[in-house]
Amino acid sequence: MTPELKGFIFFSAIKMLVVFTTVLVGVALLTLMERKVAGWIQNRPGPNRVGPWGILQPAADGIKNFIKEETLPAGANRGLFLLAPALSFIPAVSLMAVVPLAAPLPVTVDWTLPLIGQLTWDGPMPMVVADLSIGFLFVLAISSLGVYGVALAGWSSNSKYSLLGGLRASAQMISYEVAMGLSLIPVLLLTGNVALSEVVTRQQEGLWFVGPLFISFFIFVISGFAETNRLPFDMPEAESELVAGYHAEYSAMKFSLFMIGEFAHIVTIAAMIATLYFGGWDIPFTTWDTQGGVLQTVLTFLAFFVKMFFWIFVVMWIRWTLPRFRYDQLMSLGWKVLLPIALAYIMVTAGTIWGIGQTLPEASPVMQSLVLLGLNVVLGWLLFYWLDRGRVVSGVGARTPVQLRVEA
Amino acid sequence: MAIGVKVMERPEQGVSYVRATLKGMALTFKHLLQPRVTMEYPEVRSDDEWRIATRWRGTHRMLTDEQGRSKCVACGLCPQICPANCIKLVPGEDERGNRYPLIYEIDEFRCVFCGYCQEVCPEEAIHVGVHYENAEYSRDRFVYDHERLAAQSHPVSTLWDPTDPRGE
Repeated sequence: MTPELKGFIFFSAIKMLVVFTTVLVGVALLTLMERKVAGWIQNRPGPNRVGPWGILQPAADGIKNFIKEETLPAGANRGLFLLAPALSFIPAVSLMAVVPLAAPLPVTVDWTLPLIGQLTWDGPMPMVVADLSIGFLFVLAISSLGVYGVALAGWSSNSKYSLLGGLRASAQMISYEVAMGLSLIPVLLLTGNVALSEVVTRQQEGLWFVGPLFISFFIFVISGFAETNRLPFDMPEAESELVAGYHAEYSAMKFSLFMIGEFAHIVTIAAMIATLYFGGWDIPFTTWDTQGGVLQTVLTFLAFFVKMFFWIFVVMWIRWTLPRFRYDQLMSLGWKVLLPIALAYIMVTAGTIWGIGQTLPEASPVMQSLVLLGLNVVLGWLLFYWLDRGRVVSGVGARTPVQLRVEA
Repeated sequence: MAIGVKVMERPEQGVSYVRATLKGMALTFKHLLQPRVTMEYPEVRSDDEWRIATRWRGTHRMLTDEQGRSKCVACGLCPQICPANCIKLVPGEDERGNRYPLIYEIDEFRCVFCGYCQEVCPEEAIHVGVHYENAEYSRDRFVYDHERLAAQSHPVSTLWDPTDPRGE
């Protein structure tokens, strides 16, 4: 084994440890944050009994979940019942492996360690566990694996509520997977690459993709919410109809794994939105985030963290604002609205990029982005004009009473 | 469509889910920044805006006279009027002919806290109390005997005052 390969394995292992430990601890704290946000939105203080400001609440919950009884329903398929929580937890966490967290850090080491021997690293160290060249294809592939955990949990529980929850979850996640995948194609068209580090670089050169690819961003956010199985799309665990849906029969740490999986999914979706549409670790309007150095890595990580945290907050904010969709509305939104729009938008974006290439072959990435931004302002206006039933401009600020037409 | 299902026409032109969503988001965000209204119970039990009503009917208290003796004369009116039949009274008589309760027990689990016992008592002895923290480790602790009733120290209920029906 060459020293370079040893260095690669050594630093990969360190990155894995750091990232996944941070994600798991962060997920625990997110459960507290969710309850705090819920409390604040309802003019309550939220949990504040355990430790200062309730900061130890996740630890108390964890201890409780470890010492609770693990139940196994009669007639449950034991193997699958035990496997399902892991299947829904592992894909959600492993998605963080491909998200670039900060600007690459130049590292030069030539160490000789006991047991390992000589290891070297020379050059920029990508601040990502695995800088996969298949980038968000990996994200799409792994995030669809999450549906197995949910569907198997529902099926193996031997309970009608769980089964219905699992069925709903699989239908919902597969439907929105389609719109999500299609909404990422414009990103691919504009970047010319699926590697997430390339996507970030491209956004540094041009504009953040939220502007030039607004509609794709809109579809991605909606289908991302549906992928996390959270309100307003938490059909799989609609408690008024299905008790707790697919995890109704789970107790103790196995239930907790579903919970951790859900929150890890939130982190991943927030990280993906930040990376794909908000420039990743890019700090806008400055150039010193491309100059290298430790400080740059730290600051770009902070920039990424702020963006990700904002989207995590939005996910929670929406959860405590919107009611649940009806199931047929959910399906018709996915198949009849998002899918056609995503398909049409691919055509429009591809046509525009081709058009720019034909007419302005010398156009810089900023120029190209600005043209697309102009197009998206128009398209976004049209989309919201249609969604808002023809009132985007005229109705703003006016309070028109709803006229109910009662049939005789 | 199945027979007899009435399909309401929806006011599609007048409603907008996009706007309703944004309005809701703005509203919840406003609440996020507003001050909290929770009264944090074990530390704070009452404040200027909220205190327990003086006409609250909670667990009972037996009043005593200056010598510390129970005011109860064992007339038997309270077990008579009690709709839940939760008062057990065995009357006794001392050497000077004064009646007093040999046994006076109230089962607080059976009690419906109507306050009739207090209203009917001619000696103003038994009262319902302004009190609500009654947790115990076993069920039999909820049968309050005479000694325990007399040892209670919480304020007693004013009951409903017809001249001040809203308790102001």
